[in-house]
Amino acid sequence: MGDVAIETDGLGKRYRLGLYRRGYGTLREAISGAFGRDGEDESDYDGPDFLWALRDLSLTIRSGEVVGLIGHNGAGKSTLLKVLSRITEPSAGFADVTGRVGSLLEVGTGFHPELTGRENVYLNGAILGMRRAEIRARFDEIVEFAEVERFLDTPVKRYSSGMSVRLAFAVAAHLEPEILLVDEVLAVGDASFQRKSLGKLTEVASEGRTVIFVSHNLAIIQALCTRGVLLERGEAVADGPVKVTIDGYLGALERAASDDLLERTDRDRRGYYDTQIKRVEIRNHHGGPPDVIVAGEPATIAVDLTEHLPTLECRITIVDGLGQPVTTFDSEVSAEVDVRDPSLDARIECVIRSLPLMPGRYRIDLLLKAGRQIQDGLQAAGFFEVQPGVVDGRPTPITGSDGDVVLSHLWRLPP
Amino acid sequence: MPIYAQPMEAVTQQHATEPHAPPRVETIRLQPTTGFSRVLAPRELWRYRDLAAQIAVRDITVRYRQTLLGAIWAVLQPVGLMVVFSLFFGGLAGVSSNGLPYPLFSLAAVVPWTFFANAQLLGSESLVGNSALVSKIYFPRIFMPAGILVAGFVDLGIAIVILLTVVLIWGFVPSVAILSLPLLIVIAAAAALGTSTALSALNVRYRDVRYVVPFAIQIWLFASPVAYPSSLLEEPWRTLSAINPMVGVVEGFRWATLGTGAAPWDLIGVSAVSACALLIAGLAYFDRVERGFADYI
Repeated sequence: MGDVAIETDGLGKRYRLGLYRRGYGTLREAISGAFGRDGEDESDYDGPDFLWALRDLSLTIRSGEVVGLIGHNGAGKSTLLKVLSRITEPSAGFADVTGRVGSLLEVGTGFHPELTGRENVYLNGAILGMRRAEIRARFDEIVEFAEVERFLDTPVKRYSSGMSVRLAFAVAAHLEPEILLVDEVLAVGDASFQRKSLGKLTEVASEGRTVIFVSHNLAIIQALCTRGVLLERGEAVADGPVKVTIDGYLGALERAASDDLLERTDRDRRGYYDTQIKRVEIRNHHGGPPDVIVAGEPATIAVDLTEHLPTLECRITIVDGLGQPVTTFDSEVSAEVDVRDPSLDARIECVIRSLPLMPGRYRIDLLLKAGRQIQDGLQAAGFFEVQPGVVDGRPTPITGSDGDVVLSHLWRLPP
Repeated sequence: MPIYAQPMEAVTQQHATEPHAPPRVETIRLQPTTGFSRVLAPRELWRYRDLAAQIAVRDITVRYRQTLLGAIWAVLQPVGLMVVFSLFFGGLAGVSSNGLPYPLFSLAAVVPWTFFANAQLLGSESLVGNSALVSKIYFPRIFMPAGILVAGFVDLGIAIVILLTVVLIWGFVPSVAILSLPLLIVIAAAAALGTSTALSALNVRYRDVRYVVPFAIQIWLFASPVAYPSSLLEEPWRTLSAINPMVGVVEGFRWATLGTGAAPWDLIGVSAVSACALLIAGLAYFDRVERGFADYI
């Protein structure tokens, strides 16, 4: 520890919006533009034609630090990794990077379907910056980790998707760069392989390598990282111990949720907007304060919309405080117990007979579809708190226990 | 800090603390750049030499995988073209072949032409076809079109062996002129690399290239003396036509492998100069636009 691994100063990355650059539309202009001066006028850079994916970012990361990047989609997390891994050039400022950089921006890029597993290990290793001798030295380890010994001489196109992902991750995990950039790679493979990959990453992090990690899974970030940086619209708005940054992020999400949802402009919001989410609320059934539910009691999640559409489907996802989805309610699969109620007008209600959740804070993500098209989608549309209660005759466990869900159960004990 | 004279210049320093770390750790400054000096930075290319080798190996391996005839295609393409030319130009149209048997006359030209044409066709698609790689991984992008070119040398080698075999069977004995083959191949490769790098870069921004290239290659074929001898042109047009680098290469190949006629050094000289110009212009263009590939691909 101690040496500076990455230092950025005023780092910015500007993208041009739209399909074509003005005055750059023809081949002739393209060629003359490439050799002559670029036709852009600097005064336009803050205008509507440009998007600053990163803006004035100054960070110092010491070697051995494990940093988690947190933020909404489009906050600039991936762009920062792209700039640091030299895939794209910054548009302003600079970054000094000391040491070999290995980037894992997407597992399996560079796999060629016609090549065999063995050939792809060498190719992919080289793509990720390994020397041939290093790959040879670690070849057996990689193959063992990926569990594909029998298929080494089979073209990768005949692999199952799980196999190729395992092999790709295995190659990447055996990289030994001084700086490792990881973007959301754990969202692949089955659960046991995910655990294995996470273990490998923890190992890498504990070896004193510098790691910058991007994930939407705050639980993984919290487990893996020591420092958290929160990005918002390309700027670093919080930087500190990972727990503090995550809490700040969740707090900001909650504040946004309490405002009028129609005014939310966050980037996750996408769709046709024939109807939009106006308000979401979770109520208990005896008129207590909304958004506070006692575990084991009935609850109703009510979603108010701007308009009712005939083919409307609603999907509600409950997510725990660390960003792990707990469960999903989806009206697409209809059931006999569902009710059509004319008095509801433009409101959808999801009734839960007994809420089997552990005490804690949860968030509600919403997705509306009609006619097979997404109408509106909003993460962190609402928040609620579950208080200790009784689930099927048994009190919820005392805090400090693991997991989010309480299942109805009983014990049989010796007398 | 004055040590960063060049945008991409790396500064080396001793790194003694970690036993497993490589002895030299470099600090690289990433910042906006303008102008030239990325593609041709020798240090950068050297650093990624293993990747360059792997990409070339991949391009060679993949070329004929899961094809029934495999590397025979390297022979079938030029031979097929030769047969067609012999039937229509040599036979029906009676095009002059400078007194040589027309099949030999055209085969000697078709062999370097096929190398050149394939490098254009595959090279111009090399960046777009690997867009997943270009947008996710850093490496010197020049390796993509260059890898295609290197893979083409294997085909060219096979085709030359076939050509020389046919020449010998026909009863011709190549003279010492055959020693000029490497020079001719270098000229063809320089021209091919110059155009294919520029086309691959242009293809990133304008997919028009995909439709233009096959068409342009056909035009270029008939603009080069593959099916006819360049002696059909009168001076000074004959010499001037060698501004097309394939004129010198094609006529040079005939002279070098068939061992007859006068040495076309005038054509080879003009073509060498123009191939160099093409190469420099192509690389310069590639260099200028390389930094934007990941953003536009």
